[in-house]
Amino acid sequence: MRPDDISLVISLCRARAGLKVSAEKTYLIESRLAPVARRENFASIPDLLAAIRTRREEPLIWGVVEAMTQGESAFFRDRAPFDAFRNEIYPALSRARGGEPVRVWSAACAGGQEIYSLAMVVEMMRAEDPSVRVELAASDISARALEKAQSGLYSQFEVQRGLPIRLLIKHFEKTDDMWRLSPKIRRMVRWRRLNLIAGLGAVGRWDVVFCRNVLSGLEAPYQKKVLEDLTLALPEDGVLVLGAKETAEAAGDAFSPMAGQPGFYRRNPAFRAAAAA
Amino acid sequence: MKTCLVVDDSRVIRKVARRILEDLGFEIAEAADGMEALAWCRAAMPDAILLDWNMPVMGGLEFLRKLRAEPGGDAPVVIFCTVENDAAHIEEALEAGADEYIMKPFDGDIIESKFAEVGL
Repeated sequence: MRPDDISLVISLCRARAGLKVSAEKTYLIESRLAPVARRENFASIPDLLAAIRTRREEPLIWGVVEAMTQGESAFFRDRAPFDAFRNEIYPALSRARGGEPVRVWSAACAGGQEIYSLAMVVEMMRAEDPSVRVELAASDISARALEKAQSGLYSQFEVQRGLPIRLLIKHFEKTDDMWRLSPKIRRMVRWRRLNLIAGLGAVGRWDVVFCRNVLSGLEAPYQKKVLEDLTLALPEDGVLVLGAKETAEAAGDAFSPMAGQPGFYRRNPAFRAAAAA
Repeated sequence: MKTCLVVDDSRVIRKVARRILEDLGFEIAEAADGMEALAWCRAAMPDAILLDWNMPVMGGLEFLRKLRAEPGGDAPVVIFCTVENDAAHIEEALEAGADEYIMKPFDGDIIESKFAEVGL
């Protein structure tokens, strides 16, 4: 790739999604954009980028940005957060809400594995205690990712990443080469296309926000912005869940880590985001 | 060190699985069919067994049923690893006492994830 092509990709990703793309990772850019070029009927990635330069068409630009946002995804990734939700976070919040539903949002849900893992956990919790009430929602910047997530269709490879075999048998049905999640679990989730850096004023209140392995992919100023905006979406006792290797440091004292729950953060009630002032 | 018996009639598969499992810290023994595997288990029960389905002499399912009937045969964690990838086969394996199930083809991540699933 030519240096000016690489810088075009970097600047588009930054401007549209706050995404951090490293110029050294040419192989990553190429492997993500080759399918976009093919899909849009260009002979090569440089042809695709040349068209973006001259025509500035939004669908093409978003095709590039969306392709660069794709991350790794697995069912029950890191496992511990799902156990913590079931055993600690849900019971405490449910008591505090007096039986009203606990609202959970998976921000940047990619292929849907995280929110569906939560849905399967909630289904298990309900089997033990029918009074369990959870509302589940998921969002992503990528229309293609949302489409895939909503389809509930996963390859044999994908269903073997983190999903216990008994849950596969219980909740999925084999169709040709793919496995399809049951309508019962799929219907538990509401979906929304959302660009996290575009402001979270209209997302409503969420008791638990899973935002794992998202911030670390953003440029520093956007990490701060998204964290500060998230304080508006969380009630005082709300919980933010970050990735195993992430922290909320970018937003100063807006969040503080919860003792004994790695990756779990509580909003600092004294903190007021600029937007709220 | 934990031990894992790799049971598969393909030498190539045994070699690939051995390499992945050794990286995960297992000591590996190999068997080419269920009968050989049963002889291994009678001599020394492994901690885990990675088990193919279709093999000459004795297949994986018959081996598993015989193993679970052996003294101490309920101890090893058994993970099927087979090209059989439909719900009926998976259910049959679980009913016979399998703990997890890998559908071939597999890679290091899948093996690692499945062994973590069963607590190894």
